[in-house]
Amino acid sequence: MTTALIGQPVSRVDGRQKVTGRATYAAEFEVPGLAHGAIVRSTIAHGRIASINSVAAERAAGVVAVLTHRNAPRLAYRPHKGAPDPDVGERLHMLQDDQVNHQGQPIALVIAETLEQANHAATLVRVSYTSETGTTDIERIEPVLPTQKNDQGQVRPPETRRGDPEGALAAAEVKVDYTYVIPRENHNPVEMHATIAAWDGDRLTLWDKTQWVHNVADEIAAVFGIPAENVRVVSPFVGGAFGSGLRTWPHVTLAALGARVARRPVKVMLSRREMYYGVGYRPHTVQRVALGASRDGRLAALLHDGYQETSTYEEFSEALLNASRFLHSCPNVYTRHRIARMNVHTPTYMRAPGEASGIFALESAIDELAVALGVDPVELRLRNEPEQDEFKRLPFSSRSTRECYRVAAERFGWSRRTAASRSMRDGRWLIGWGMATATYPMNYAPASAMARLLPDGTAEVRSASSDMGPGTWTSMTQVASDILGLPIERVKFTLGDTRLPRAPVHGGSMTMASVGSAVQAACRKAREDALTRGGANDVTEAMRRLGQPVEASVDVQPGDASQRFSMHAFGAVFAEVAVDPDLGETRVRRIVGAYGAGRIVNPKTARSQCIGGMIGGIGMALMEHSVVDGRNGRVPNANFAEYAVPVHADAPSLMDVIFVEEDDPHVNPLGVKGVGEIAIVGVAPAIANAIFHATGKRIRELPITPDKLL
Amino acid sequence: MHTFILERPRDLAAALAFHAQAGRNDAPAEYIAGGTDMVQLLQEHVRRPERLVSLAGLLDGHIEAGPQGLRLGAAATMADVAVHPAVVEQFPVISEALLNSASPQVRNQATMGGNLLQRTRCPYFRDVGYAACNKRSPGSGCSAIDGENRWHAVVGTSDDCIAANPSDLAVALVALEAGVELRGAGGQRFVPLIDFHRLPGNTPHIESVLEPGEVIAAITVPASSTARRSHYLKVRDRASFEFAVVSAAVALDMDGGRIRAARVALGGVGTKPWRVPKVEAALAGGSLDPAVLRRAAALAAEGAQGRGHNDFKIELMQRAIVRAIETAGARA
Repeated sequence: MTTALIGQPVSRVDGRQKVTGRATYAAEFEVPGLAHGAIVRSTIAHGRIASINSVAAERAAGVVAVLTHRNAPRLAYRPHKGAPDPDVGERLHMLQDDQVNHQGQPIALVIAETLEQANHAATLVRVSYTSETGTTDIERIEPVLPTQKNDQGQVRPPETRRGDPEGALAAAEVKVDYTYVIPRENHNPVEMHATIAAWDGDRLTLWDKTQWVHNVADEIAAVFGIPAENVRVVSPFVGGAFGSGLRTWPHVTLAALGARVARRPVKVMLSRREMYYGVGYRPHTVQRVALGASRDGRLAALLHDGYQETSTYEEFSEALLNASRFLHSCPNVYTRHRIARMNVHTPTYMRAPGEASGIFALESAIDELAVALGVDPVELRLRNEPEQDEFKRLPFSSRSTRECYRVAAERFGWSRRTAASRSMRDGRWLIGWGMATATYPMNYAPASAMARLLPDGTAEVRSASSDMGPGTWTSMTQVASDILGLPIERVKFTLGDTRLPRAPVHGGSMTMASVGSAVQAACRKAREDALTRGGANDVTEAMRRLGQPVEASVDVQPGDASQRFSMHAFGAVFAEVAVDPDLGETRVRRIVGAYGAGRIVNPKTARSQCIGGMIGGIGMALMEHSVVDGRNGRVPNANFAEYAVPVHADAPSLMDVIFVEEDDPHVNPLGVKGVGEIAIVGVAPAIANAIFHATGKRIRELPITPDKLL
Repeated sequence: MHTFILERPRDLAAALAFHAQAGRNDAPAEYIAGGTDMVQLLQEHVRRPERLVSLAGLLDGHIEAGPQGLRLGAAATMADVAVHPAVVEQFPVISEALLNSASPQVRNQATMGGNLLQRTRCPYFRDVGYAACNKRSPGSGCSAIDGENRWHAVVGTSDDCIAANPSDLAVALVALEAGVELRGAGGQRFVPLIDFHRLPGNTPHIESVLEPGEVIAAITVPASSTARRSHYLKVRDRASFEFAVVSAAVALDMDGGRIRAARVALGGVGTKPWRVPKVEAALAGGSLDPAVLRRAAALAAEGAQGRGHNDFKIELMQRAIVRAIETAGARA
């Protein structure tokens, strides 16, 4: 009998562990003989280390070793590119030379008996530099086209064109043409990145905060020139990441290096300030969007030209332009992507990378066009709803934008909106209603899972996935229970260990599509096997009769659906803001989001993800900003006081999340599209558009802080 | 954190005998009370004292209200003062300033004395990766004047320092003409709070008039005709748990629709809690008409100097004054 757990709002299976402090995070593992590492970081952005004196540090109490480029072992650094690594360029090699490439680059590692001793000794390392001229000011740099071919010969076209966009823009009856700026933002999960490394001969165990245990093993194996199977990575719980745990960052190498030299386990945990130098960030972007339309609101031209900061040693590419090519119907489209190479560390993926930024520009511009045309913003989008993906020239596997607009607008009460800006008030407050469209690609990558049924009617299901917060522990348990027809408490799902079957990176909203499909397939196979061999029609009875375990391992991979369909989740986000016209303060009063994201495995955790995305979007719209000091590349507000993220008081009391019914048989066996990424997409433009509606002021540079509204 | 000796003296006299001094980076010994700011400074290596002298249990934490006014023991916590009935009823600006400060957890731990002595949030002061900070390392220069200075002061600044004083409480207190009782080895003295913090001038590393071996023992707030109708307005980038971008503390003595007397002070804009007597004088005898308020508030901008990113504060602080007076004036 099927328990139909898929689609049920099951509470987190690991919830009790988390709230009682029994969920063990990377830095909390108790490893005998542990020493502590503190990283010394550069205070220049570009140059060479002229001298580095560690004598005082070595003599300090409790110090085990001080590693610098002068005494650190030479490391193999075999080529390795995991999916989250930039296609072009090479990661920085830790303590291998005197070159400084960015502010806060690790230049020494101090290992001591206690964390305080290590931190203290780290301040005793004396460094002098020979500075070289570099660029840390994005305002003063000319962006360039990225390298178009990488080492593997893959071509990455930085420009796309269809029709005659420039001609159509020039001829358009109505046009808008503006530039939108989003500053650097940092992920700022609650849990700081941390790694504990312990060697046993040439075998290494890493307890790490990561969204992909296997990539950590692969990279560290490449760095140290050992087989990947010699590296075990354990990461059962992740205290938030938002993308910061996708790549394997330098501190992981340093922990392993330190442990090798010290001949004992070493822990390295980043401080909050180090999080702004030691892991990547959402890059500063500058985007021009020009739209041309006929008077009746048909898009005739769309030009989207964006650039973003990256380091001098790696070309990170933010997918700013993807959505502009297909989200709205337009015959004449030009997109161009460029990079600004600077003496900064490499940016990385942060929640809805590319889409969150690109769609802020696009959906702000669409709103500007709606104002210029005098057409309702929802109506304008409906008039430009495409029949197919006009870039790929493929049908959408499913696209619920119309339904999302309809449902969200109805729930929001959009029909009561008065069109003119500054036309709605609540006492002193100016009220604004704004909306935006959201989309994020459906990603599905090869994944493996193992299901093991036991005679006592319980099951163990495994895949080396991750759970940075969305609820992988829970949703995979649901899928397995559902397929096996077993009560959820009799199914134990395990993730976060390289000893488990390989899973893809836990990012890009692909986990349910990929790992979920693998879990589904493994459980199906195990179930069928058990039923056949046990000669019963339910798993519990079959297993009781069999009296021995049944095991099934399955690898799944996407078929050719992506050749036949354009596959994306879509959504519509509506926001109400109140703006104090005198003081410039903005408060988001409510957000309604409707999403067509395929099947929703767990509406409760999915809703939590969407609420988290909305709050993240409030941060992006109103406050988040890693201020980069253009003089030297430091981030003066690299802390939790001056880098503002939303607090409870910023979260509106009403955040309404609606999942529209969507049955998509093409995307993957589970029919899911994922919601983690799309949840933040469209929120910032909906808020910015609402602020325009409230105030008549169009703010094209985030965050929209009070000073911009005075 | 650097290694330091933590002294836990048995009584105040013993604590004072250590000649520790708050708020100076060149002092070899410093007092610690609630520690909510000090621990951050120690962890980030901004403060490297040889000795920390704990005042835990040594200072009065009582809150006393009487006909003379309010007396707040230096050890009283922000949380206790914020909800004390006499404070809420008779000195609402103090309660509001406290409730708009920090977070409940911090307010449970932080003390009155420590609040007045918390160090600036100037990010250059707090990041030892910047060599230049006259407040942290006298004579090293100022990274903020030509740097990212949206957080910084526009009044009371000098060519050596533009760091803003971060306390909300102090702004409310200077508006109410509060004073501090200081206790040192040589005895006790009283200093009006407005004179307690020093302008940076060319010695920004000296932030208060405290001498070595001297501590704040209590804060006194005189009873006044204005305190009951007082209000604290705080403008910031998020709704809670953030230092002020701009704030205004106002206290009014009303005669019907006319202002008999007004007290006005500003936060987030000054190198010290910034009272604006000229604004007060212009308000006295006037009405609550917005145009009248605005003309008076404009006097706050006299001598104000923006450094680029913080230019907007000069306009915003005037608007904050107007709004705060309107809000206080509308109160029964």
